[in-house]
Amino acid sequence: MGIRFVLMVNKQGQTRLAQYYEYLNLEERRALEGEIVRKCLARNEQQCSFVEHRNYKVVYRRYASLFFLVGVDNEEKLSALHQLCNNLDLPIYNKSGEGFNHQLIHPKVEAGLPNELAILEFIHLLVETMDRHFGNVCELDIMFHLEKAHFMLEEMVMNGCIVETSKSNILAPIQLMDKA
Amino acid sequence: MEIKDSALVWHHHDADPDFGSCQSKELLSHLENVLANEPAGVTKGLVAEKVLSMMVNNGKAPDFVMCIGDDRSDEDMFESILSTVSSSSLSALPEIFACTVGQKPSKAKYYLDDTADVVRLLRGLANASNPKPRQTAHFQLDLVELSRSFKTDPIMNPFSSGTRLRDMIRAIRACKTAAEERAVVRKECASIRAAISENDQDYRHRNLAKLMFIHMLGYPTHFGQMECLKLIASPGFPEKRIGYLGLMLLLDERQEVLMLVTNSIKQDLNHTNQYIVGLALCALGNICSAEMARDLAPEVERLLQFRDPNIRKKAALCTIRIIKKVPDLAENFINPAAALLKEKHHGVLLTGVQLCTDMSKVSNEALEYFKKKSIDGLVKVLKDLANSSYTPEYDVSGITDPFLHIRLLKLLRVLGQGDADASDTMNDILAQVATKTESNKNAGNAILYECVATIMSIEDNGGLRVLAINILGRFLSSRDNNIRYVALNMLMKAISLDSQAVQRHRVTILECVKDSDASIRKRALELVYLLVNENNVKSLTKELVDYLEVSDEEFKGDLTAKICSIVEKFSPEKIWYIDQMLKVLSEAGNYVKDDVWHALIVVITNAPNLHGYTVRSLYKAVQTSGEQETLVRVAVWCIGEYGELLVSNTGVLDVEDPMTVTEADAVDVVETAIGRHSSDLTTRAMCLIALLKLSSRFPSCSKRINDIVRHLKGSLVLELQQRAIEFNSIIEKHEKIRSALVERMPVLDEATFSGRKAGSMPAAVSTPQGAPPKIPNGVAKPTSAPLVDLLDLSSDDIPAPGSSGGDFLQDLLGVDVSPASSQGTNHTQKSGTDALLDLLSIGTPPAQSSSSTLDMLSPSQDNKSSVDVLGTLASPSLSAQSSSPVGSSSMMDLLDGFGTSPSLPETNGPTYPAIVAFESSSLKVTFNFSKEPGSPQTTLIEAQFLNKSPNIYSNFVFQAAVPKFLQLHLEPASSNTLPASSNGSITQKLRVSNSQHGKKSLVMRVRINYKVNDKDVLEEGQISNFPRGL
Repeated sequence: MGIRFVLMVNKQGQTRLAQYYEYLNLEERRALEGEIVRKCLARNEQQCSFVEHRNYKVVYRRYASLFFLVGVDNEEKLSALHQLCNNLDLPIYNKSGEGFNHQLIHPKVEAGLPNELAILEFIHLLVETMDRHFGNVCELDIMFHLEKAHFMLEEMVMNGCIVETSKSNILAPIQLMDKA
Repeated sequence: MEIKDSALVWHHHDADPDFGSCQSKELLSHLENVLANEPAGVTKGLVAEKVLSMMVNNGKAPDFVMCIGDDRSDEDMFESILSTVSSSSLSALPEIFACTVGQKPSKAKYYLDDTADVVRLLRGLANASNPKPRQTAHFQLDLVELSRSFKTDPIMNPFSSGTRLRDMIRAIRACKTAAEERAVVRKECASIRAAISENDQDYRHRNLAKLMFIHMLGYPTHFGQMECLKLIASPGFPEKRIGYLGLMLLLDERQEVLMLVTNSIKQDLNHTNQYIVGLALCALGNICSAEMARDLAPEVERLLQFRDPNIRKKAALCTIRIIKKVPDLAENFINPAAALLKEKHHGVLLTGVQLCTDMSKVSNEALEYFKKKSIDGLVKVLKDLANSSYTPEYDVSGITDPFLHIRLLKLLRVLGQGDADASDTMNDILAQVATKTESNKNAGNAILYECVATIMSIEDNGGLRVLAINILGRFLSSRDNNIRYVALNMLMKAISLDSQAVQRHRVTILECVKDSDASIRKRALELVYLLVNENNVKSLTKELVDYLEVSDEEFKGDLTAKICSIVEKFSPEKIWYIDQMLKVLSEAGNYVKDDVWHALIVVITNAPNLHGYTVRSLYKAVQTSGEQETLVRVAVWCIGEYGELLVSNTGVLDVEDPMTVTEADAVDVVETAIGRHSSDLTTRAMCLIALLKLSSRFPSCSKRINDIVRHLKGSLVLELQQRAIEFNSIIEKHEKIRSALVERMPVLDEATFSGRKAGSMPAAVSTPQGAPPKIPNGVAKPTSAPLVDLLDLSSDDIPAPGSSGGDFLQDLLGVDVSPASSQGTNHTQKSGTDALLDLLSIGTPPAQSSSSTLDMLSPSQDNKSSVDVLGTLASPSLSAQSSSPVGSSSMMDLLDGFGTSPSLPETNGPTYPAIVAFESSSLKVTFNFSKEPGSPQTTLIEAQFLNKSPNIYSNFVFQAAVPKFLQLHLEPASSNTLPASSNGSITQKLRVSNSQHGKKSLVMRVRINYKVNDKDVLEEGQISNFPRGL
């Protein structure tokens, strides 16, 4: 699925949970969060839940005062770029100036096409899972139980892929922890 | 029973449950802060104390004390009970059960989860204290259950993270400014660092939890990494768990930390506790590097067959990371991965399918294997899944596990791509999914979307494709923006397969371009861009241009770029092209990129029958949209070139409305543009050139134009000032050549321009989808005619080829080097060339021109190269310079008024001051210098000797010696007798050739012999005060 990050942000744009599945340094992270949050929070209810930003496609959903944002690879952009360059018979360069390998991304790039609707469904699953654990989950629950929220996310996503979609399977180890 | 004096109750029964609950917690947290200092008086604590003491006084001492409360005020009660009981004079101390409800920091030793548990507890107690014998059997059991229902002190639980984490979060929340927050974080970080350096064991997990919070806020936390390692190495599960979490969050790309952790992970992968194995796998899957992948692959491979499915699923995802890091390892995993596809557990299936998908991407061997062995199985799994009855655990709005659906469809897509047999096998199930899936919920639509993507990617089956396009059509007409967005997305894929089918939806797609939602607009615009062809370009462009008028400011940039690109690519005729571009320029000229209007100018010059029409349209457009910078530029350029067509109304097309423009009106336009505050340097410079040209075309306005130009002589911008001075000089002093100087530009070469654009594509790769490329730096091909440089003078690094250098110069101002006006001066007179070059602003400092985007007259690089070219051309005939300065008069006059021009001294020929080469009490020698034309190395020196003494010198001989790089030739002296008392002189000519001309100065030793009163005298000296440059 290629999830690159999961963010939870409140109405004021303060980050409440951030999990990245690729390495970004502190400045990049802050800048990215700022830009994305500004973009998403400015949108209204009627507008669609997808925003393209840099190399990410951001899928977001609002629950009361909390925004859940998930960034996925915008592989489409890569493939479009690739096609363009192929047509013109040009090498592709990434931002650091190194050449991309055509073969690596081209023939199978279609498979990586993100399914935005599925990500939206995933966000809902995440919220339902947290709801089941915290009971009407809210910003404060996540703030004061940050590590629990992370544990749940960890049970659901690993290395950018969804691991488990059953709420009871996700919560089982956490409940076990609480009992211990 | 509850009587309250005053109470403030805040209900949120009818509110939105999520929002209400959230707000109430927010309110609670505020109230707790506000009410922290409760007034002294009656508290539950005091009451409890009183009740207890009353019971004791009445002789009924309690067996045990149990108080349960969930409130802040109950905390007093818990505290006072402890103190009362322990201080009272009871013989036997009663057991105390202070119990709070909900897990939170409290003085109570026990807690219950919620009120239901309280009721259960009370019921249990009631049963236990019921004297009926029937119940006694249960008595013990109930007590056991009772004691079990109490949970341990929250403070002892590491994941309640202690009060201090809570305090820190509160403190951070209370911060009103970023500065305050920073201060709190700094303090916390300091204390955590201190704890780390003291190797504090007890609070390690809590400190790490704090660090995670601080990390989330975006502060540096790298110093906590080693703490993670320590926690991971500790034996307990809770410590390990927070340690691994911290590792995944705080890790930066420091390899040494990864190296240190490898061993711990390896141990944990072999741990007997499956949860610990799970933790290690999860961490490995998130952070593993290539080296770790090699080290730990065998462990992961083994775990793929572990008995617990929860481990298998994590091992599967771990494998994905490993094979991505080290693709060579993929073949080891093919069999275990294929085995996962036969699992029943959804989690394992989900991750197994994902693993196979990713494996097929890195290894062709795996791809072939799965194609051969797994497709039937996968089709069956999907079929079972689609037909499965209700399974509560995985149900999402009536569909069983949509995530697994989507994963399976993705894998089928990979396997079916380019493989007709495989595609054939999956046709049926795809058709079933496409037709049977409910489309009224998001989950169903997600599956349909994926299914369409798969149908589009696998080998062609006409029926399925029609089905897929129909689904997209339905999506497109949906009211849900999300659905429309993905439909547009998918149509972009479909267009390459079946553009006819997509064309059918053109109208709907065009509507989407005008949507209020930026994401949808962007998608739709890109789709429209792909939809354009020769047949529909006119109607689509019209729609887009019309929309440009009302679109959002932030969308105009994208929209403009796309329209320009469409128009350029598909334009059926020039007049249409010009019309559309003018509309775009008047609506959104400020968003148009430079190369677009450059291209427009090229097209205009190439359409001679449209010159009049264009300049009149531009004149009209600029009246209404004068604030669009690029429109103004193009208009000014055209008025400068074709101004007379504007006034004379020549070449009127049928479609035009007649209009009368006077010469003064045309000049008005340029004057307004030059005076406008927002105009930038390029525009103003272009205006100046236009004015210069108009000054010759509109004689009636010549004086007014000169006034404007003169006014700009005071401009603070060097560039403008210089041009104004030069142009002013042309207008005032060079009436004869002016008209020749300002002739119309020759037609710009379209092919060369487009060639350059194509050559610039590498720079434009960053803007895919055909966005107009920017003109590149330094990629000009040597073959490109210098004409094109007119439009892009800013940054060519490659010098124009020598042969065309001269042309280039002439063309810059449309100078017609006709035999009548300036033949001879141009290529024989250095001075003349200099004058021309100077006209063209050679003096512009390079920094300035390199910064401006386009600058008609200050092409630093090109001009320099031209100077070189002309300099070499001119040098062989340098001799003309000193001997015939008059010959270049017409051009040289251009320089009048340029007293400070650096080229002035050279044009007047070199002159050097005379020096006193030698002087003693009796003799004075002066040198006069002159240069021989055409050989700058050679200096002619005329030495003059004067006798200062009252005696006559006879046998006067002058000798000189020079270093090796000089050659000296002495001519005979005029006499060998020097009269006394400066009454006469001897002159002698010397010719010195300097082989190091320009590098070394002349130097000379002299010796002078003469006889005074029959007595030989010798004088010697060194002359080193020659002027520079000889």
